[in-house]
Amino acid sequence: MSTSSLLSPKTEIPRSLYIGLSVSSFLAILCLWCLLTYGGFTPPDFLATPAEVLSAATKRIGDLSLFHHMGSSLTVILSGFLLASVLAVPIGILMGSFKAIQAVLEPITGFMRYIPVSALIPLLILWVGIGIEQKIMVIFLGTFFQQLILISDVSARVSKDLIDCAYTLGARRGQVVRSILLPACMPGVMDNLRVTMGWAWTYLVVAELVAANSGLGYMILNAMRGLFTDVILLGVFTIGILGLLTDFLFKWLRHRLLPWSAEF
Amino acid sequence: MSFLALTDITVRFEPKKKPAVIALDDVSLAVEHNTFSVIVGPSGCGKSTLLRLVAGLETPTSGQLMLDGVSISGPSADRGMVFQSYTLFPWLTVRENVMFGPKLKRMPKSECEDIADDLIAAVRLTGFEDSYPKELSGGMRQRVALARALANDPRILLMDEPFGALDSQTRQLMQELLLEIWQRRRKTVLFITHDIDEAIFLGDEVHVMSARPGRIKSTLSIDINRPRGIDVLTSPAFMDYKRQIISLMHDEAVRAEMA
Repeated sequence: MSTSSLLSPKTEIPRSLYIGLSVSSFLAILCLWCLLTYGGFTPPDFLATPAEVLSAATKRIGDLSLFHHMGSSLTVILSGFLLASVLAVPIGILMGSFKAIQAVLEPITGFMRYIPVSALIPLLILWVGIGIEQKIMVIFLGTFFQQLILISDVSARVSKDLIDCAYTLGARRGQVVRSILLPACMPGVMDNLRVTMGWAWTYLVVAELVAANSGLGYMILNAMRGLFTDVILLGVFTIGILGLLTDFLFKWLRHRLLPWSAEF
Repeated sequence: MSFLALTDITVRFEPKKKPAVIALDDVSLAVEHNTFSVIVGPSGCGKSTLLRLVAGLETPTSGQLMLDGVSISGPSADRGMVFQSYTLFPWLTVRENVMFGPKLKRMPKSECEDIADDLIAAVRLTGFEDSYPKELSGGMRQRVALARALANDPRILLMDEPFGALDSQTRQLMQELLLEIWQRRRKTVLFITHDIDEAIFLGDEVHVMSARPGRIKSTLSIDINRPRGIDVLTSPAFMDYKRQIISLMHDEAVRAEMA
């Protein structure tokens, strides 16, 4: 038995093969989609054809309405995500390394992380209305508590030896927090921001559920009323592509900002 | 009074829901100025705890620790330490790591850089000043850690099994390099290891510790001329010390494992 074949766990495969497999997987889905729609296996109002989605895209790119929806959604997502991150990063780092702060915050975060954001929408409407603030709050609540838990875990796992070492080099408590704890957390923080950014995208439709008049989530929900599956798919693809782009952006940022950190 | 004097040190850990552990039991230890002292003992004998007490990272349950007549309370730059685990700050380059201590003392930047480059040369890493730790091998990382501890010009250098994670060839080279640096910049060193060869090769004095509860069981003066090269390792005197320490430690290992 060979232990370095395609079917052995944790074995490298040639790059060309890797790319080949990825492209085939993409093409297979495309083919299946073509087969189902053009082959007449699905009713026309059940699943739009690739050509219909393409023409829906061309039309909405032509009249710029797709960009208008993208703009609204990006504003909501980025505002909610930035607000959550600005608070969760420092609080999470402190929570993971100071037992007193952990004791104060753990009960509420532990509880809040299991609450579906959609369950809070009625309260949000009552408290902040139905404007953009409500949508931003949905993204904020969906990401903040998750970020807090993940980042506090990163902070808790910073090696105690690193901190002890700084003390023996003459550092004081404040210096240890600023010059050791903070930078030591950065790779983990970046990784978790990237992951939670992905989650923020998944809350988009929930955020645009109530009283929206623009945004990709709104576009999808609106298209559902007329069974316009081409527009629905266009919205889904756009969200997917924007999600991928933000993911790449985070990878690139991590590479640029933290060149010292081991690649993941 | 000795340069470093530990008197009747006892450390008891009292973990929740577990019986109390006596890590160190009434330990007294004297280290003279500019000598190289090694503590050797079986794992779990409390030798690391002993070193961490001197570093000020832990406090004894009872007893007294004095460095040059002043009681030790908390960590300070005058007691540098090299850890067994890799503790270089990964976000700093080699030079920035070595400069860490002097910079905290608010020395002018050019002076910090001079100190760093000088020590980087001493540990033979010239050319790696701007590398990040992730680009270095284990042996190189520990050499930087040594340079970083020395950059503060500490009054005593504490080394907690610094070469424990290295392969035996690298370890031997590191020991020779350490002795070479020590010959040139005389310093009081307190070195912890469980490797008997390493203890004899490096030390002026070897303190053998007993298994838990940790006590200093015996102290040997190593009368082997310096500078010591690898030929020392096979000399009759070396073998003789080794025989003594092996038999002292064997009893302890049996006691620790089979208890």
